[in-house]
Amino acid sequence: MTETALLEFRSVNTHYGAVHILKDVDLAIYPGEMVCLLGGNASGKSTTLKTLLGMVTPTSGEVLLDGEVVNDKPTSYRVINGVTMVPENRRLFKRLTVKENLELGAYLRNDTEGIEEDLENIYELFPRVKERLSQKAGTLSGGEQQMVAIGRALMSRPRVLLMDEPSMGLAPALVQQNFELIQQIHEEGMAIFMVEQNANMALSIADRGWVLQTGRVVLDDTAEALLANPELRSSYLGES
Amino acid sequence: MSETVKKRSKSRVSGVDRFLTFIRVLMATLIVLGVVAFISQQIWPNNPFAEWRNPDARGLTGDQFKGLVVSGLSQGAMYGLIALGYSMVYGVLGFINFAHGEVFMVGTMSGWITSEKLNDAGLWESNFILSLFLIIFVAITTSTVTAVITERIAYRPLRNSPRLIPLITSIGVSFFIQNAALGLFGPASKGYPRLPEWLAKQRSILTVEISGTKILVMVVAGLSMACLWYLVERTQTGRAMRAVAEDKEIASLMGINVNRTIVITFAVGGAMAGVGGILWGLLFRSVTHMTGFLPGIKAFTAAVVGGIGNMGGAMAGGIALGSAESIAPMVILEPLGVPGVSQLKDAIAFTVLVLVLLFKPAGLFGEKLSQEDRG
Repeated sequence: MTETALLEFRSVNTHYGAVHILKDVDLAIYPGEMVCLLGGNASGKSTTLKTLLGMVTPTSGEVLLDGEVVNDKPTSYRVINGVTMVPENRRLFKRLTVKENLELGAYLRNDTEGIEEDLENIYELFPRVKERLSQKAGTLSGGEQQMVAIGRALMSRPRVLLMDEPSMGLAPALVQQNFELIQQIHEEGMAIFMVEQNANMALSIADRGWVLQTGRVVLDDTAEALLANPELRSSYLGES
Repeated sequence: MSETVKKRSKSRVSGVDRFLTFIRVLMATLIVLGVVAFISQQIWPNNPFAEWRNPDARGLTGDQFKGLVVSGLSQGAMYGLIALGYSMVYGVLGFINFAHGEVFMVGTMSGWITSEKLNDAGLWESNFILSLFLIIFVAITTSTVTAVITERIAYRPLRNSPRLIPLITSIGVSFFIQNAALGLFGPASKGYPRLPEWLAKQRSILTVEISGTKILVMVVAGLSMACLWYLVERTQTGRAMRAVAEDKEIASLMGINVNRTIVITFAVGGAMAGVGGILWGLLFRSVTHMTGFLPGIKAFTAAVVGGIGNMGGAMAGGIALGSAESIAPMVILEPLGVPGVSQLKDAIAFTVLVLVLLFKPAGLFGEKLSQEDRG
């Protein structure tokens, strides 16, 4: 592809103290694309997300946002420029109301009218959320919390949505619904970078994927090719 | 072998439980006995139950009782103001800032210096309201600056260390500020100038005799709490504070500047302590370098009683503690024949703490936190 990647890693290495987490990782997310990152426990998936967001600074290599090196830029810089995350287990502010959670998603924005408009869009997308605006977020069901978490992320008007284990902790019946929702958001033009244990499901909706093993990218291919890869089938798809 | 370990640990837990239950029952019985004896003295002074423990107790007149309630409320409002600082910092950083009592003392001290100057200049007499605003402004500024500097040099470098470390540090900071005040101003007790008579005189409101000073204390405390409530519940800054208190990582993901929010929390807690300091000075009219110690500990107790981390709880805890201190000696201890009841205020305060921890460990308004939330 010739266009500039929205987010890109160029041989990124990260350490927690003396522990080497990511080892020469290269990856790129292009506008409007749906990609997924697969890997077992402790393979460096969460560190990848944190590094993309600037919560972890790489020890070497470059993180690029729209072709600009952003290694030392704070998280807020990336949020303003259209990168945001739906965290693992949703991590809503449980003691704040649903409305406050959504408004915090737009914390860095000053365009009152645009915020109102986006709130309306979210109510349209999730009518259930609108009914619960003044409720404490901790009182919602898992599925509703997922809606608020996605809504909160959308409130920053992102161009790319990072999703950390979106189906983790959801009732099996909701997992399918959740993937359909992600697909719906993607079809409206949002780039999505998904970290998922449920490899089968993730690959079935993604365009491309990477497989991370102990901090190294071991496979980098289209989703169809990964689905057909016998090695991957035995090590990941068998489990899910 | 695992069988015996299991058995032993089981019996040990139940032993502690039995002991705690014994303490609970003992405390509850004492309180009930005291209250019943008090009521029976009030209704029928010569009955055998009233004279059983303390034949000299004569109960309280209505006016005396109202007086105790009013002192309790005004004292409690001050505890509440200081308690807010403990509670807010605990909410955001998860440790008890024991130097907060000293932040309060610094407010009282700076208020004393300013009020002396104003008194010398004659403004205290001629325009007391303006002087009041001036000393509150000075105290708020001094306390806020002290709190913010403390955060910057003592706590921020320890942000990622175990919580015990900043806790111990805060005790060190507390001694540092105390001794700095001792060095600067000497050990003698310093007196606030007398309040003007038109304000300090006794008034009768709804049959309650109350001094103007106490009304002033309650009004100022109430206004400050209302401002704080508005800030925390209704503004963007307050929303950021609550978000940071709950989950710093996600708050920064929203783009919130976590460090700045923590500084604001310290500043706001310091401002409340500054207001509390002035009220303390006006009410008790004396300040020493040790002024922060006991009120600080009591306010911390109030924060725990109300449910630490909970702002409404801190205010309610302060008022509950102040009232208990003021009323319990006469209502519970005197009828039981405890000698020297009026000197037992401090014992009462900490007994209230023990009681709350025994019966409702999360505090009166505290939510039960799951292990996950405690993080």
